[in-house]
Amino acid sequence: MSFITRGFSGRGRAGRDERLPPGQTLVEDFPVLSAGPTPDIDTADWQFTIRTESGVDTSWTWDEFMALPIEDVSTDIHCVTHWSKLGTSWRGVSVDTLFEQVETEYEFAMAHSYGGYTTNVPLEDLLDGKAWIAFEFDGEPLEPEHGGPARLIVPHLYFWKSAKWVRGLVMMPDDDPGFWEQNGYHLHGDPWKEERYW
Amino acid sequence: MRRLPRSAWHAATVASVRPETSQSARIELDVDGWPGNAAGQHLDVRLTAPDGYTATRSYSIASSGPSSRVVLAVDRVPGGEVSPFLVDELRAGDQVEVNGPLGRFFIWEAPGADVSDAPNAPDAPDVSDAANASDAPDARDASRPVQLVGGGSGIVPLYAMAHAHAEAGDDTEFRLLYSVRTPEDTFFRAELAQLAVNGPGRAGGIRIDLIYTRAAPTGHERPPMRLTRDEVARLVVPAERAPRVFVCGSTGFAELVASWLLDLGHDARSIRIERFGGT
Repeated sequence: MSFITRGFSGRGRAGRDERLPPGQTLVEDFPVLSAGPTPDIDTADWQFTIRTESGVDTSWTWDEFMALPIEDVSTDIHCVTHWSKLGTSWRGVSVDTLFEQVETEYEFAMAHSYGGYTTNVPLEDLLDGKAWIAFEFDGEPLEPEHGGPARLIVPHLYFWKSAKWVRGLVMMPDDDPGFWEQNGYHLHGDPWKEERYW
Repeated sequence: MRRLPRSAWHAATVASVRPETSQSARIELDVDGWPGNAAGQHLDVRLTAPDGYTATRSYSIASSGPSSRVVLAVDRVPGGEVSPFLVDELRAGDQVEVNGPLGRFFIWEAPGADVSDAPNAPDAPDVSDAANASDAPDARDASRPVQLVGGGSGIVPLYAMAHAHAEAGDDTEFRLLYSVRTPEDTFFRAELAQLAVNGPGRAGGIRIDLIYTRAAPTGHERPPMRLTRDEVARLVVPAERAPRVFVCGSTGFAELVASWLLDLGHDARSIRIERFGGT
């Protein structure tokens, strides 16, 4: 189903770019989207944990995390609310680096955040250079409203999968839905397939 | 148990467009096959140009219930691609596509209306201060007061909630704190005045506090200025009464109000926020 709306010509073609998935519009600013208040997390209290099916936790304090290999990431990001930003700059630790220390047979993960947010991501979407735990944006420490001190970034999926204030990954046998996925958003969220809602 | 309907694309015909404020329009749509929506939900509007170019934007819905007549109130974003078209060009009989209803979190339904189960996350790693989304107070917890806090066009989903509350004759205590630039910038001015007549303490009633930031009505005792923390402390249902709070507005407004609410002892899990960026 698609039809022309009388009188609409649109102005976005100049910004139309092959890097822009369907239904997306370029923005210059960085809109904030979250469901609840922004938590205030001190890096002294911060910890990141991966929990596996054996119940084993692998955890890093902030200082331990900063001692891991750090990568610079330049990537496009796409929010389900139709905005995209191209060529954003992040610094963080690759999820691959974290999983070097983790044994798991499970193929799915639930990202958990300070403040209670959750989002499900298949492991194959987190590994092979596809996801990071980022603590800098545009050369500056990540602001709390954008998910600081650290957020997951999974830029090839809609940005709600890039959990702000992330504190851990819990391995799961099945692709159980997280917070927004239980609230009407797509289980997977590939912007190129417009997997927005269910 | 009633589940919220799935979202889908629908053809919509504009029934009417009229100015809401000098910068916004109220748009009534007749949406083919619309399954109804809960108060606070939103939808995506897709416009298609003759060459197939499309632009899609999300808008809160000002109406709720089973009707396929859906009301939007769209603020003109200066320099925007879609909102100026909707506010200035759209007219009755035009067709647009809408995808919805969307969003199952920032909603209010009268007790008795069943909403989808709250999220239920698996065990989290132990972090002493971690709240789990599934611990959030139940959306159907009717005994708790409801506090709405809106800035500018952020009133739209909150108006839907206040209206649904009045329609249902629901006896939940409702309060609205609404910050606008000037009296002329007030959305749903007549409707809010009508809702406020049926004041607090009565079924469907609501107490409304209007804050004017740039210009106040004649005789208004408060000088025009931005909302302050002290006013939030004074005008919001106090934390000890455990209100459910819905905040909607620009990112700056929502972040500030939410931080004050936390300072004042409100539980983060009781605060639901809909922010919109300047896109």
